[in-house]
Amino acid sequence: MTVLDARPIADAGDVPLRVVVRRNPADRVYRGVARGGGVATLTLMGFIGGFLLLRSFHVLNARGFAFLTEKRWLAAQNGPFGIAAVLPLTFEIAIVAIVIAVPVATVAALFLTEYAPRRVRRLLTSLVDLLAAVPSLIYGLWGLFYLQPHLVHVSKWLSDHLGFIPFFHVQNGTALSAFTSSTFIAGVVVSLMVVPVCTTVMREVFAQAPQGEKEGALALGATKWGVVRTVVLPFGRGGMIGGTMLGLGRALGETIAVTFIISPFFQPRASILANGTHSISALIALNFSESVSNPTARDGLIAAGLALFVVTLGVNAIASTIVARSRSGASTEI
Amino acid sequence: MTTTAGEIDLRGDEPLYTPPEERIPFRSVDPADAWPLIGAGLSSLCLTWLIYERLTPLTGTIGFGIAWYATFLLIAWFVARANHDKLRARDQVVRIVMWSGGLALIVPLVAILGYIVLKGYHALHASFFTKDERFVGSLDKGTSGGARHAIIGTLEQVGIAMCISVPLGITTALYLNEIGGRLARPVRTIVDAMSALPSIVAGLFIYTSFVVVINHGQQNGLAGGLALAVMMLPTVTRTSEIVLRLVPGGLREAGLALGATDWRTTRNVVLPTARTGLVTAVILGLARVIGETAPLLLTIGGSRFVNWNVFKGQQSSLVLFVYNIFHTQTTAEQWKRGWTGALVLILLVLVLFVTARVIGGRGPAHIGRIKRWRLARKGLA
Repeated sequence: MTVLDARPIADAGDVPLRVVVRRNPADRVYRGVARGGGVATLTLMGFIGGFLLLRSFHVLNARGFAFLTEKRWLAAQNGPFGIAAVLPLTFEIAIVAIVIAVPVATVAALFLTEYAPRRVRRLLTSLVDLLAAVPSLIYGLWGLFYLQPHLVHVSKWLSDHLGFIPFFHVQNGTALSAFTSSTFIAGVVVSLMVVPVCTTVMREVFAQAPQGEKEGALALGATKWGVVRTVVLPFGRGGMIGGTMLGLGRALGETIAVTFIISPFFQPRASILANGTHSISALIALNFSESVSNPTARDGLIAAGLALFVVTLGVNAIASTIVARSRSGASTEI
Repeated sequence: MTTTAGEIDLRGDEPLYTPPEERIPFRSVDPADAWPLIGAGLSSLCLTWLIYERLTPLTGTIGFGIAWYATFLLIAWFVARANHDKLRARDQVVRIVMWSGGLALIVPLVAILGYIVLKGYHALHASFFTKDERFVGSLDKGTSGGARHAIIGTLEQVGIAMCISVPLGITTALYLNEIGGRLARPVRTIVDAMSALPSIVAGLFIYTSFVVVINHGQQNGLAGGLALAVMMLPTVTRTSEIVLRLVPGGLREAGLALGATDWRTTRNVVLPTARTGLVTAVILGLARVIGETAPLLLTIGGSRFVNWNVFKGQQSSLVLFVYNIFHTQTTAEQWKRGWTGALVLILLVLVLFVTARVIGGRGPAHIGRIKRWRLARKGLA
């Protein structure tokens, strides 16, 4: 039983009563266990960063600043290794994915909240969740065997007609095989995985757009697009930025689909259409089995994993702050 | 001077004739606009075909699709502009774009499912579930051998992950929602951050902590299960927390008002009310980890025969089975087994997902058939 023990402390005039809550043992155990669960989750995350740092510390210490400036990765051959090439290439793939995914996700989220017939709205929303649950292995296989043979034509067209832009410039771009396994194709496949993540966040924020202001816009004679443009989109801007950042975090860490598509390449470059690219997660996945027996190579990969961990954590922290702030604005509605 | 009815004011700035005000339609589909749209679609198809296939040297299906869509929007704009004013025409074109956004969600899903089914059903025989890869060479037929070892591995590892992350996840969600305190905010932030943890980093973490430190470098099924648990925990926690938040506060207060302790209220009021939602949370977490490949790549080692023991010896898993086939084999005949593995995998995800939705679709405190029978036996219903 919870007993509220409230008695006057002294006869010193009007003082507030001191409320003391005495809990019975079962309750104390329950609260302790639940708090323990929370603390366990908290420490687990600390452990992840801690163990990665512990394992890779001597490698980072030995390599020093060269780990950030070296482009090649010859750890298994006892050569130099660093993330100066794979980190920018990781970002290139993620940015291509975001550039494709965000417009699609925005339109899809607006469709789900404003345009879809009410009856199919629920079905479509769970369809988005299903898209998020499709294994990345499946996306990778589909991208490699189905999407890539079709996409190389688009790559070639972009290179032929817009080749003067450095992003689309490909040297010796006459054969279609010069356009396979590129940053662009990996980015398109990753964008398929990012769309459901972005859509979910944006849909939640768009759905909170104040009804009163929407009706106000309608009363002033706005069309549906007018309502979306003047009320829903400005209101959901925080959610859009947050969803984009969250998708960016997901795209940076994507492993298997990228591993399937790419062919390893260790030189950061502007051209996204040319054959050959890399990412940190693919580097770990592709080199792990041959590095297990070599402690330096193995711990080098762990250091690369630590770099990825830090980058995604930073991106996601920014994202969740922005989303949380945009939600807190929701309480000011009429 | 005032104008009276029937008289036209010639001094004002307003035009002499204003058109009657049009009602702006808000239906999601306007039947009157359907025919012009179909016409726009057909004419843009013909125009694109003419330009794309006959007049310019362009190739590729995707390029054709993009060109068609752009032409379609353009023609739809002109048609709408011919019939309505600028605002309404813009509204109509935007509406088309929004609907294609909806299509953009359905098309990839259908395309992927269809492709995997088409590729995978060839080698889908009973032997796929009863044999392992022990005697399979790279020259054997695609239908020889099976994935029994992989399916056993997946079930065991996912089982371990579930045993760890479900209690921990629901406890954390209870802490966040029922108890709270100073730590609640950092825990929530951390859970959010963890849900976006790259899966390969989760694998690396278990490798550096469990495999290297405790297991002396031996990879086994338990390590895989732990890595999956790290991936599953944030999904279960976040979904459970949302579900617990939906339990009406009045119910909780009623329990407390009857003199129940916090624990009795949680056990007898909150958890039963949220039961279906919690089941959904668990199944969504399962659907997420059953397709995780990257952590298993680093932790379970891979094996070509059945190994029931999660504590000793390397194991396989369905995702690793598929990954290895496409990564090491070079012939389409060998890939057949991989496609079948992918098909089984996606079917598992689909079944889990639909189950989660069916259970989650019920309202809180839904009384199912089994529970009704139990209550009836006690004479309560």
